Amino acid sequence: MEDVMIHNLVKTYNKQTVKAVNDVSLTVRKGELFGLIGPDGAGKSSIFRILTTLMLPDSGLASVCGLDIRKDYKKIRRIAGYMPGKFSLYQDLTVEENLHFFAAVFLTTVRENYDLVKDIYEQIEPFKTRRAGDLSGGMKQKLALCCALIHRPTILFLDEPTTGVDAVSRKEFWEMLKRLKEQGITIMVSTPYMDEAKLCDRIGLLQAGSIMSVDSPDQIIRNYPHRLFAVKAEGMSRLQQVLRQSMIIKSCYSFGDYHHVTLQEETLKTIDGSELTERLTNVLKQSGFIDVEVKSITPGIEDCFIDLMKQS
Amino acid sequence: MNEDVVIKTDKLTKRFGNFIATNEISFEVYAGEIFGFLGANGAGKTTAIKMLCGLLAPSSGQATIAGYDIYRQTEKIKQNIGYMSQKFSLYEDLTVMENIRFFGGIYGLKARELREKSIELVETLGLESESNKLVGSIPLGWKQKLAFSVAIIHQPKIVFLDEPTGGVDPITRRQFWDMIYRAADRGITIFVTTHYMDEAEYCNRISIMVDGSIRALDTPYKLKQQFAAQSMDEVFFELARGGKKAE
Repeated sequence: MEDVMIHNLVKTYNKQTVKAVNDVSLTVRKGELFGLIGPDGAGKSSIFRILTTLMLPDSGLASVCGLDIRKDYKKIRRIAGYMPGKFSLYQDLTVEENLHFFAAVFLTTVRENYDLVKDIYEQIEPFKTRRAGDLSGGMKQKLALCCALIHRPTILFLDEPTTGVDAVSRKEFWEMLKRLKEQGITIMVSTPYMDEAKLCDRIGLLQAGSIMSVDSPDQIIRNYPHRLFAVKAEGMSRLQQVLRQSMIIKSCYSFGDYHHVTLQEETLKTIDGSELTERLTNVLKQSGFIDVEVKSITPGIEDCFIDLMKQS
Repeated sequence: MNEDVVIKTDKLTKRFGNFIATNEISFEVYAGEIFGFLGANGAGKTTAIKMLCGLLAPSSGQATIAGYDIYRQTEKIKQNIGYMSQKFSLYEDLTVMENIRFFGGIYGLKARELREKSIELVETLGLESESNKLVGSIPLGWKQKLAFSVAIIHQPKIVFLDEPTGGVDPITRRQFWDMIYRAADRGITIFVTTHYMDEAEYCNRISIMVDGSIRALDTPYKLKQQFAAQSMDEVFFELARGGKKAE
């Protein structure tokens, strides 16, 4: 069963001059942790705002848990939890007051659903009398998640919950999502961090309003059409220049302490696969590089994203 | 690399009441260096940067920025640095050209110099056809490249980049780093914060702040050796996980 169905969704702004969502179709299955991956301006927030019935699309269909976003918007609002990208709780209410307020708005109590938020709320409970506006970024994020959960939603929409958050806190946040998923809540989450993609069951790669691919992270990686090499040598900046100018190289991008490199089709045809790393190493040594290291690697989601961006 | 010291701090400290945001940090940054300034949220990075830019008076300790004293010569410091962040970079409701002229003027360029520079800058970025468009209407990637170019329009000694690549697509993010390298080649010192751990690898040296103190400072290579780690991600995780005082 599908908890989110989107079909040919289109949303434009500014008298149709800006296409924020361009013919997007995808589904999110019940109980799934689905990631919408893409940079700012890709259309992630627009899709969330349409699904949470805060905004209507220009055209296309969308439903949440079988409910139509146009006809059944009131019902969707009761069963969906939503954490917007921008911190949207009441800054001048305390931690505790915010939580009770959101429970009351959804005609329930904190006590009734406490088991669901307990793990997360306990981390901010020492500050329950502090105003939400005075919390640190990490704590605001936890409180917002509690408030989105307090009416025990069937489905949770989280718009960029980890943007601007450090690597350690991001890992903690994804741990929390994993535990919520185990409780059977369907989660749709967006992020600009490609490394978070692998923590989702399935992902949609979104760029400039269009979906480039929807699949499991593993499958997207298996679909990567090139052989990929990681290359390193003394003088990485010069190495990149040399690689980019080389006739046999198709692409070269920095990835941490390596450059990721693909080769031209013709080169791949003429050279036996197993000899490629050796050939590449020798070419670079002849160009005067020292400490050359070349290895064949499996791509990551970011490699796939870059490749799909260039195809489109 | 030129070994001239352009940032030097000695036990630089900032207290807010009982809370010590930045606790006796001492380090040096050399001319033309790309210096990565990392730390978890709340580790004290922003407070430190504000002091280094001459925007916030320290509680104690010493520092010189581009040779100027952090207590007495803050105006001189401001003339010799550039600043750009993801959150605030350009005015959305001014055009590309208006932003360049505005910031160029603020950074103290003379009228003629500014005219030449702004034309040159628009050309280099390939923004000729966009120069009269509102900045709010151009794509984020372009905005960030423009913001960086504007931050170094006056050829400052140091440019401070506070999460400059947050939210931009992976290709633009790499083009942005190409621009950083080119600026560093021209002798501009780069002081940069980021949450992308792969970008930490692109820095010449990195410091990692935990709970107000600098816990590690070295080249990415040596830090990985020191922590027996495969990646900067692991190094960061090892250090930052130990921190997390009551927020």
